[in-house]
Amino acid sequence: MTLSSTAERTTTARPGLGLAGLARRSEAVLLPIGALLVGFALFSLFLLVQGKSPTDFFALVYRAGFGTAFSWENTLSRTAPLLLAALCVALPARLGLVVIGGEGAIVLGGVGAGYAGVLLSGTSAFIALPIMLLIAMGIGALWIGAVGALRHYRGVNETIASLLMAYIAIALMNHLVEGPLRDPASLNKPSTAPLDEALRVGNVPGWDVHWGLAFGVIACLLMWVLIEKTTWGFAAQIAGGNARAAQVQGLPVGKLIIGFAALGGALAGLAGFFEVAAVHGSANGSLASGYGYTGILIAFLARHNPLAIIPVAVLLAGFEASSGLVQRRMDLPDATVLVLQGFVFVAILMSETLYGRFKIFTPERWRSA
Amino acid sequence: MSTSSLSRRGFLKRTAAVAGAAAAPTIGFAGSHSPLTVGFIYVGPKDDFGYNQAHAEGAAAVKAMEGVVVVEEENVAETIDVQKSMESMINFDEAKLLFPTSFGYFNPHVLEVAPKHPDVRFQHAAGLWTEGMPTNVGSYFGYIGMGQYLNGITAGHATKTKKIGFVAAKPIPQVLLNINSFLLGARQVDPEITCQVIFTGEWSLAVKEAEATNALADAGCDVITCHVDGPKVVMETAAGRDCFVCGYHANQSPLAPEKYLTGAEWNWAGVYTGMVQTVLDGGTIDNFVRGGLADGFIKMSPLGPAVSDASRAQFEAVKAEIMAGGFTAIKGPLKDNTGKVIAAEGEGFAEDDIALESMDYLVEGVIGSTS
Repeated sequence: MTLSSTAERTTTARPGLGLAGLARRSEAVLLPIGALLVGFALFSLFLLVQGKSPTDFFALVYRAGFGTAFSWENTLSRTAPLLLAALCVALPARLGLVVIGGEGAIVLGGVGAGYAGVLLSGTSAFIALPIMLLIAMGIGALWIGAVGALRHYRGVNETIASLLMAYIAIALMNHLVEGPLRDPASLNKPSTAPLDEALRVGNVPGWDVHWGLAFGVIACLLMWVLIEKTTWGFAAQIAGGNARAAQVQGLPVGKLIIGFAALGGALAGLAGFFEVAAVHGSANGSLASGYGYTGILIAFLARHNPLAIIPVAVLLAGFEASSGLVQRRMDLPDATVLVLQGFVFVAILMSETLYGRFKIFTPERWRSA
Repeated sequence: MSTSSLSRRGFLKRTAAVAGAAAAPTIGFAGSHSPLTVGFIYVGPKDDFGYNQAHAEGAAAVKAMEGVVVVEEENVAETIDVQKSMESMINFDEAKLLFPTSFGYFNPHVLEVAPKHPDVRFQHAAGLWTEGMPTNVGSYFGYIGMGQYLNGITAGHATKTKKIGFVAAKPIPQVLLNINSFLLGARQVDPEITCQVIFTGEWSLAVKEAEATNALADAGCDVITCHVDGPKVVMETAAGRDCFVCGYHANQSPLAPEKYLTGAEWNWAGVYTGMVQTVLDGGTIDNFVRGGLADGFIKMSPLGPAVSDASRAQFEAVKAEIMAGGFTAIKGPLKDNTGKVIAAEGEGFAEDDIALESMDYLVEGVIGSTS
């Protein structure tokens, strides 16, 4: 409901030029920011009830998330997989699909990349890395593409299907890394064999942040172009708004659904590739660390706009980066940051109902004043 | 249920009081030279009645030391998260000694971060350090299998059905050694006893742990122990099914005071205060440290009210043998449960035998499979 009505609005109420355009445009920015502040305010009350100082809390979050060079490296390292995981939610959302199982594509993409790396041991990185990357993306595309196909051909609810398939994916990963693909030398932490040093993806020069961040940002920009500037993106919006009408217009709704789902899955698989090649050095159970689920939150906060995903992912990664310092300095449990995310999420979801209600953002109503 | 939750509350209150008293001196420390900051990182909650609580109890003992500040983080994943948590402690708290306690933190995370911070010491709980790895990294490890052997002796006396049960996370060497030791201990009492094992597949998966415990009780097991990160669910479920329980990692007797026989516990308090004292004295901790019951690396929970006099006598006798050092629980004639010979008459693997660290079998009498 929300998603399709969002799509309708963006297609019918394109921002124009001048003051009226500015007013419409700023609604999309100021409302989420307002909701964010409301979320912070509610969370501050929560802290006060606990006898903790909100000022201290936000000062620590700023310091540990954004206050020093190390803080930025910490935040941006955590941002990388979140960008790609969020795109796996945002792309199908353009067609009105709520896909919440990106985690499955991440873990299986990671296993694929890890095992491909083992087979390609000794090969030049220029050949091996692209193959590993494509395998990870291919597996992710198949996994989430299947969710789209189930939805289109069999009418299976994509939300439930993708969530359940994520559990299957995690079980499959555990089976593979503990069974057929296990390195016999990995005794107490079953993993695939370690990648050659040459097949490890390093850091962006001068920063302690791996290349996954650059790929994530580029993916967000490309997906924004796809959605906003191409006929494919436009067709997806129409199909998301009203599938029947789109079919009447001769749009290939099935291909769009499966294609966008598969594209999202490919990007989640890419996140799995970077987890293996840049962070873990082998595929193992640590791949299932919940990035796919944080990605859902980010995509919704960004209202499924790939450009907005970038700042939102940085913000949430910053919260997570600060979680440790908050625990250590304020003696608050680690779940504190989750509570904050929860408050913000609820505030943003509720703000969805406010679009078009503020006169200042709706030029059509200015004259009638 | 109500009794166990009441006593749990009591237990939490006591630990909170101890932790509070221990934390007090760290706040207004005013020594002549700057205190040593020691960081502890846990993969789960530090009050899990299990793996993480055992380490947190060690951290609490370190807190009480003069000239030391302790910083802690719980629920830190074995991903880039732990790398950044370690570096955050180094950057913001000037930590000079770190205890990233989860097994999966070591490779690649500790090995990745340690070379960047040569003036910081990284101590990791497992026997993973080898020559050629960074010298500011150390491994320490305890022979807790012998604790499960002692658990087995009390289980052997307590069981009436001659069937005991084990809820295990994954079929990896450390876990297999615990399962085998538990059964072999019980067979010291009665060679007819069998042990059924169920693997849950995950270190922390409460629902499956409860299902496995119930399945073992349904199958007639009347003494149950486990090797999962947090034994709380297994202990409470088993006691609820009127089974006796043996603890693991930490003392779980508050969860089932009547049914708790004994437990194999880590004694990290002694190990950690020793290591921190070495650093305070300007010394260097060995890169590779191991020990068992005799070395104070592990300890047994006090015997519960259900332990009979005969059981107590045998328990104390075997414990004394283990305390003498070099105890051999895995010894011939011994076959695995597929019939393959593990050790011939006269052969055996002492508690510190390196061969035990790549164990891949379940001994005869264990019902279950490693794959």
